Amino acid sequence: MSENRAPDTVRKTAADGVGGVERTQLQMITRRFLRHRPAMISLALLIVIVLFAFVGPYLWTWDHLVHREVPPSVPPNADHPLGTTTAGNDVLGQLMRGAQQTLKVAFTVSVLGTVVGSLWGATAGYYGGRVDSLMMRVVDVFMIVPLLVMVAAIAGSVRGGTTWWAVALIIAAFSWAQIARVVRGVVLSLREQEFVEAARAAGASPGWIIVRHLLPNAAGPIIVAATLLVAVAILLEAGMSFLSFGIQLPDISLGQMIGDARTAASTRPWLFYPPGVLLVIICLTINFIGDGLRDALDPRQTMERR
Amino acid sequence: MTATDATNREREGTVDRDDVVLEVDDLSVTFESDDGPLRAVREVSYVLRAGEALGIVGESGSGKSVTSMAIMGLLPRNARVSGSARLLGQQIVGLTDAQISKVRGEKIAMIFQDPLTSLNPVYTVGYQIAEAVLAHRNVSKAKAMERALALLELVGIPHPEQRLRQYPHELSGGMRQRVVIAIAMANEPDVIIADEPTTALDVTVQAQVLEALNAARRETGAALVLITHDLGVVAGNVDRVAVMYGGRIVESGPVEEVFYRPRMPYALGLLGSLPRLDADRSERLTPITGTPPSLNAMPAGCSFAPRCPMARQLCHEEEPLLLGVDEHGERVSTAVAHPATHSAACHFSADLGESSPADLFSPGEEVSGESDTVESVGGGGAGEEAAPDLAGDEPILTVTDLVKNFPIRSKGLLRRKIGEVQAVSGISLELRERETLALVGESGCGKSTTARLLLQLIQRTSGEVHYQGQPLHALTPRQMRPLRRDLQLVFQDPFASLDPRMTVADIIAEPLRIHREGNGSARRRVGELLELVGLDPEHGSRYPHEFSGGQRQRIGVARALSLNPRVLVLDEPVSALDVSIQAGVINLLEDLQEELGLSYLFVSHDLSVVRHIADRVAVMYLGRIVETGTTDQLFGAPAHPYTQALISAIPLPDPVKERTRERIIVTGDVPSPADPPSGCRFRTRCPKFANELSDEERIRCVEEPPELEERGSGHRDACHYSEVVELI
Amino acid sequence: MLVYTVRRVLGAIPVLLLASVLTFVLIDLSGDPLADLRVMQPPPDPEVIQLQSERLYLDRSMPERYWLWMTGVGGNGDIGLLQGKFGPSTQSATYDIGANIAERLGVTLRLVGAAMVFALGLAILTGVVSAMRQYSKLDYTLTFVGFLALAMPTFWFAGIVQQAGVSFNELVGTQFFATVGDGTYQAQGLSPWGRFTNALAYMTLPTIVLMLTSFASWSRYQRTSMLEVLNSDYVRLARAKGLPNRVVVRRHALRTALIPLTTVVAVGMAAIIDGTVLTERVFQWRGLGEFFIQAVTANDSFALMAWLMLSGTTVILANLIADLLYGVLDPRIRYE
Repeated sequence: MSENRAPDTVRKTAADGVGGVERTQLQMITRRFLRHRPAMISLALLIVIVLFAFVGPYLWTWDHLVHREVPPSVPPNADHPLGTTTAGNDVLGQLMRGAQQTLKVAFTVSVLGTVVGSLWGATAGYYGGRVDSLMMRVVDVFMIVPLLVMVAAIAGSVRGGTTWWAVALIIAAFSWAQIARVVRGVVLSLREQEFVEAARAAGASPGWIIVRHLLPNAAGPIIVAATLLVAVAILLEAGMSFLSFGIQLPDISLGQMIGDARTAASTRPWLFYPPGVLLVIICLTINFIGDGLRDALDPRQTMERR
Repeated sequence: MTATDATNREREGTVDRDDVVLEVDDLSVTFESDDGPLRAVREVSYVLRAGEALGIVGESGSGKSVTSMAIMGLLPRNARVSGSARLLGQQIVGLTDAQISKVRGEKIAMIFQDPLTSLNPVYTVGYQIAEAVLAHRNVSKAKAMERALALLELVGIPHPEQRLRQYPHELSGGMRQRVVIAIAMANEPDVIIADEPTTALDVTVQAQVLEALNAARRETGAALVLITHDLGVVAGNVDRVAVMYGGRIVESGPVEEVFYRPRMPYALGLLGSLPRLDADRSERLTPITGTPPSLNAMPAGCSFAPRCPMARQLCHEEEPLLLGVDEHGERVSTAVAHPATHSAACHFSADLGESSPADLFSPGEEVSGESDTVESVGGGGAGEEAAPDLAGDEPILTVTDLVKNFPIRSKGLLRRKIGEVQAVSGISLELRERETLALVGESGCGKSTTARLLLQLIQRTSGEVHYQGQPLHALTPRQMRPLRRDLQLVFQDPFASLDPRMTVADIIAEPLRIHREGNGSARRRVGELLELVGLDPEHGSRYPHEFSGGQRQRIGVARALSLNPRVLVLDEPVSALDVSIQAGVINLLEDLQEELGLSYLFVSHDLSVVRHIADRVAVMYLGRIVETGTTDQLFGAPAHPYTQALISAIPLPDPVKERTRERIIVTGDVPSPADPPSGCRFRTRCPKFANELSDEERIRCVEEPPELEERGSGHRDACHYSEVVELI
Repeated sequence: MLVYTVRRVLGAIPVLLLASVLTFVLIDLSGDPLADLRVMQPPPDPEVIQLQSERLYLDRSMPERYWLWMTGVGGNGDIGLLQGKFGPSTQSATYDIGANIAERLGVTLRLVGAAMVFALGLAILTGVVSAMRQYSKLDYTLTFVGFLALAMPTFWFAGIVQQAGVSFNELVGTQFFATVGDGTYQAQGLSPWGRFTNALAYMTLPTIVLMLTSFASWSRYQRTSMLEVLNSDYVRLARAKGLPNRVVVRRHALRTALIPLTTVVAVGMAAIIDGTVLTERVFQWRGLGEFFIQAVTANDSFALMAWLMLSGTTVILANLIADLLYGVLDPRIRYE
């Protein structure tokens, strides 16, 4: 059989030319990811931020709480590099704690949402037919509710101190649908692949096929979706906290810091800008990492069609 | 067909510069990529004269399509084009968009491979043809539509008024390709480039489309560049042919010269690796070893040298120029592209003499690392004996009245059943021990569904399948599992059938693991199997993407063999492969059958391959078997009009035979299996029904579905008025 | 086409029903409308709690309450979605949820409409430009801007924009940008031209904020879909016909590349609704966003449900329109 498109021809022959060098799948993916410069820079930056959020509090003098020794409303100076709040918190201490809480929520959401979403999507995709129709209708419902509003409504209705994990649970409960959709799509197309049929022809059971073929091949898109879910969760949590329906005082999160400082942008800019910039950087790095992972894992590259 | 008049004009062979419509000179195309520049086309030169047809043949990656896209200015931006292409004296390489727009469609038009994606889905057919007219002619829209109508008639589309208002998705593939041809004809161009125009189509439809292409040439007087991998299509439709390999033209000349006296080992090899309808069945194919070079690792000298049995030191060092050759094969050092000149790019074309492909490519059946033959198998003479004598008479697999209807469901929540596709409608087959039974038909005839039904991969609607007396259709999946060891499957697409995330060793050992055997010996078994299919046993730790198409198909075969099956169901096992690679896999399958005593159910649309490999053949049409018999019976004396049409639609890779043979052309497209015609399902396209039968006789075809009837010694056909015709 | 339309409309009904169940159950379970009353110091008379609980139908079982909420049959005449009544409010006995929503709807719709139009227009433009100049500096810049916009918390961006507006006003010495309020009150009694400049002053900044996220994601989508179409066989054939580049892009590439965007825009409605709540909060608009925040703060279950049902219906409606539009734009769907 012959092909007609020039770029395809070139791509294919280029891939065929790997020849003598032996490379495992993982090595290839790693190599592609390492070559994605924005993703690599982002990864380095994210690691720094994680250290800042989780190790920082042990090294820095002040925590996020109000202390009598902290002078109120002081602009950045040597003792308080990012200044202090009206109530008397050290902003740098708040920033570390805020970033920590934000990251904890985001990663928890990502893990929970991915697990639930993958299971839901894989089940729908694998069984297909009526089961699929019904399960995806439920996903449709979750897709149509405005996420932030829904989680804010629920978190706001739950009285008496919302902790970070409660926030994470609520966000996760509403953000798995996107993952389910992605995974279902992948499983649906994988199910029709000839290598799956080959396994069935050899007598493999459904369990064998799911574990040996579907999951490893769906891993790429799932990892990418999970990464992007981290960014979604961060923005959701920040939005909730901004509306003051998220993590409650005395604990702090980045969104809450922005919310508290929203009228102080011109008068006390050191309260308003640092948490925002940090949020943007976290989301940006995660999106770039997701982008890099997508490029590295893209089945269109690894499965190399004619 | 109708290429004959054009051919004769060619014979005079005087170079008349005024006659030249397209002159390509030293054209090269380089793609920028992450791995450095890839030289897809190198120093291509040819001349095309008015009204002439030039064929460009080559396998995937040979640069044949890229050349034409470069001429049309249609390459993506990362392509660098150098050299020149003069159309009616005008340089068209490097023109601005505004300038080239005036040339495209007006003086030079192009037809692409895939008719399903070539037309914009959101505009009507009429609009898209009229658009081509309006792009170059200052006429009213109504006038352009009139022209569109006339063009649709010219390319032989029935009910053109109605078709004008339809959208592409309402038309079949063959019809869409004819619409594309109509677009190409719209402004009576001087050159039409057709890039694999029939590759995506079934053979009977291919014949119709080639006919439309010839009508286009007649009507517009355009010269044709026909790009294809199919040597048969080239043989019957062009005057001159250029063979491309590794981005260069390696041989060119009048079509008879190149086909009957090739002067470059590659061209000879291609002809030898082709199973052909007009050749002796028992003759073994002579594959070309190795795989085509990849663009980023071009050999230093002749790009064919690594695969060439004639290669000497010089070949690996210096790339041969494309030079004229005289009747003895001696190189004449005039590089001038005289149209009648036979030229070749081979240092030693004189040494080729009158060798046959077999002399050159398989003198002692050499075996190298990526060899195409299996050394361990019964020595050199293995394939020469005719297989039918060895085939036992004991049926190993029996199919009785097998039916499969796929429900058509509504899209809503309820997924109500709103119809049925009758994919397989009552099929009976017998596969005997050690024989190859071929199941032949065009796309959508139900042959692949039948294959999967036999293996219980999909649920039958009714009917029975017995394997060695055991009723497979009545078994539970659990009971079926041990029997799966005996019945294995090889797929069409070597890219999709191997899990990209597993190593080759894991892929081949998977069936062993599923059946919990060979825990310790699995590794050894994988090595044995790799060796058996002609691959390096050391390569087990690699991943599928590191192998070429032919090698991957061998891996697929190795996997199927891992449990020592008795029956292999082969679903189009070679149709995704290039010709030179295909021959190797066919030989491998023949050798394996010989050595392991396998029974093959060989599903294919390619009658040439089937004729070569099969002992018996069953022809399917719309879910039914219309004719079955031994290969000799079926090809020597086809009785059913459909079989006759199929056989006569296969182009022969022989210019003279192809132009002079008698043809039975079927019209129209295969009806939808959701609503098959009453009575005989073939009657809507049957030439006999349309031309020969009286009205009373036709009633029987409409009302009474014909049963398979014995014609003697196992040759059966399902036609009320069947009559044997000799076609080869 | 008619069959297609009817089928789509019917298909939306179960989703809407399912959404209503989900909304009701979640809001009903998560909050106690009388929580504030119960913790009040000094504790109110149990009879007051009893009365409130009857007024808010808290004395009925959950399925009963759902039935009431949907149909109003058996209620006090202030409840029943199907009769257009949204139920009693915790905020006060006279607070009319329906009237309040109706009053604020205009303010919010104005903002949403403007943001959608501009986001869409700009997204298509940048998407197409990016695709046509793939891998150019411009493409990389637009890509980075897109990523930045997607990483930007709406409310923080709103704060910056608001601040920029104030600085601009100070710099030029005018009151051109109004940074607080929705301008409804100020527009009263103005001439049409006056209304227009008033709207411009009040709406410019919030519109920029609200359109940002949608613009970024739609623009990325448009780029991808445009690239796909530009590499398609039929665009190549259109070029081979001799159509000049701009005609190919406009008539063949853009026309088909816009089709999938309809669905994306419809799904994006949900994100826009999220955005309005945040944007209105920062710019202190008296729109539906503020209504929502009030409802959450007051534990006003029926108001919240009304709000959520309204937004859900909007998104479903948007999807329905997108589906129908898809049918109009793509003949393959039309005849399915």
